Amino acid sequence: MEALMDGLLSNVDWSEIGLASWDTLIMVGMSLLFSVLIGLPIGVLLFLTGKRQLLEQPAAYAVLSFVVNVLRSVPFIILLIVMIPFTVMLIGTSLGVAGAIPPLVAGGAPFFARLVETSLREVDRGIIEATQAMGASVKQIVFGALLPEALPGIIAGITVTAITLVSYAAMSGVIGGGGLGDLAIRFGYQRFQTDVMVITVALLVIFVQVLQMLGDRLVLHFSRK
Amino acid sequence: MCKGNYPHGRHAPNSGLAPEWAIIAGFNRCTHKALTVIVFDQVQKSYQVEGRAIPALHPTDMTIETGEVFGIVGHSGAGKSTLVRLINLLEPPSGGRILIDDENITHYSASELRAFRRKVGMIFQHFNLLSSKTVADNIAFPMKLAGIYSKAEIRDRVQELLARVSLSDHANKYPSQLSGGQKQRVGIARALACRPTILLCDEATSALDPQTTQSVLKLLADINRELGLTIVLITHEMDVVRRVCDRVAVMDAGRVVEMGPVSEVFLHPQHPTTRDFVFESESIDSAEMQEDLQKAKGRIMRLTFKGDATYKPLLGSVARESGVDFSILSGRIDHIKDTPYGQLTLSLVGGDLDVAMSALKAADVHVEVLR
Repeated sequence: MEALMDGLLSNVDWSEIGLASWDTLIMVGMSLLFSVLIGLPIGVLLFLTGKRQLLEQPAAYAVLSFVVNVLRSVPFIILLIVMIPFTVMLIGTSLGVAGAIPPLVAGGAPFFARLVETSLREVDRGIIEATQAMGASVKQIVFGALLPEALPGIIAGITVTAITLVSYAAMSGVIGGGGLGDLAIRFGYQRFQTDVMVITVALLVIFVQVLQMLGDRLVLHFSRK
Repeated sequence: MCKGNYPHGRHAPNSGLAPEWAIIAGFNRCTHKALTVIVFDQVQKSYQVEGRAIPALHPTDMTIETGEVFGIVGHSGAGKSTLVRLINLLEPPSGGRILIDDENITHYSASELRAFRRKVGMIFQHFNLLSSKTVADNIAFPMKLAGIYSKAEIRDRVQELLARVSLSDHANKYPSQLSGGQKQRVGIARALACRPTILLCDEATSALDPQTTQSVLKLLADINRELGLTIVLITHEMDVVRRVCDRVAVMDAGRVVEMGPVSEVFLHPQHPTTRDFVFESESIDSAEMQEDLQKAKGRIMRLTFKGDATYKPLLGSVARESGVDFSILSGRIDHIKDTPYGQLTLSLVGGDLDVAMSALKAADVHVEVLR
């Protein structure tokens, strides 16, 4: 059995796989963190400045919406390359785990911002009106009513963003980003080591499954409807 | 100030206390008169739709007195929703002045407006409770937003209110676990949390079944009696008005077409819209009624009894005295708020009609000759 495994997976260096998995985890984790930190306020602003909303501001909405759309319409593989000079400026290198994070955030944050905007729009207008009638300020409405009410939707959005980031992180292997994607490209693709390819893909599939399950559990936990 | 329990009676008009919001907003001036008179002075509202102004409320004058339950009745789109939202400025008026205790609220700054709104509770057709908060947290929410109450004060007040709306056992449930009537009771408790002087009810019973409507209306009437707070209630059901309101305004196409004490408006409707509403609430088909009247012989009169006159054995004695024979075409005995009333449509044949008429009038019965 062991011999068979060795024969089948002759090219697989498990310590390399372990390291790459860890790198992917770090890349997805860090970029998710920053995507949420940046995307959440942008999503809230998109919602608030939108038509017939609390801070209706057509000009501000148009600008924000345009920037978000531009970042979302550039294919991620192109965004990776376009971002290289900016990434070097920001953290000194465009390579490795650290170098992959800025383009991942540039792809993830606007994506998440739209998901936040959508889930805030799902909140019953009556609840906003009721909170306004209680004498709440806009800030109180956002933190006291809107975000708690939209929480299940926002968590679902985080899940979708995380899964998107897993695939983005794998793509970043193309520009030397590190992680499972890097391994798949260097060994699986360039050296025709099919066994490495199969293992990395299997690990990515497991990773996504776990994320989705976790997200669904959390959504269920916070849903009160 | 004013942090103790509500007194179990009406607020004394001369209690010497300005409403809490007035002090927060920096207006400590109504020290010697009744609280919270709402005055509309040529208030109007129009919406801009594709560059054109569509009127939702034509210039309106109206006074809602302290401690009364004021009903606004109208079909959907008549402007009643707009009107009630003008009172707490959820809708800013396009013109005119809204005076609450002589204070023009349309000039309030953002922070003054927020302080004012804390003293105006509001309940809604679809309850608008926060689904992410428990019943207790929903009730505590306006107090937390106000930021002037201690944790202990909030906890005690929530307990008190839960008990008042009979939901003490449900404190830790989420709104989705409650029935419609229970949700509206949470809505009422939440609206009362900051001890408002005005309570706005936006179709508060329209999503409830008849029995639950009864209990919610009773709760509103009790609260009005106990706390003496002014209630403005909009509805499309005349029956709701009849049960709890002191005065009523009837709205049609953005105008108040009739306004007065409920007994007046209800028993003697003048405007066609009002008549429709009254007929509807009494399930009278006006075409059918006309047909019945056609078939009847003699004089047709509608008698309206109010108060104690309702219970007097009057018709028999009048018939004996005047020799008039009568048959009852339609009739109904019911209550307007706490006042009993009866309304009978009779056809009268033979005898001395004048004697009958004067006997009825002498007994405080309103007589209307229909034919």
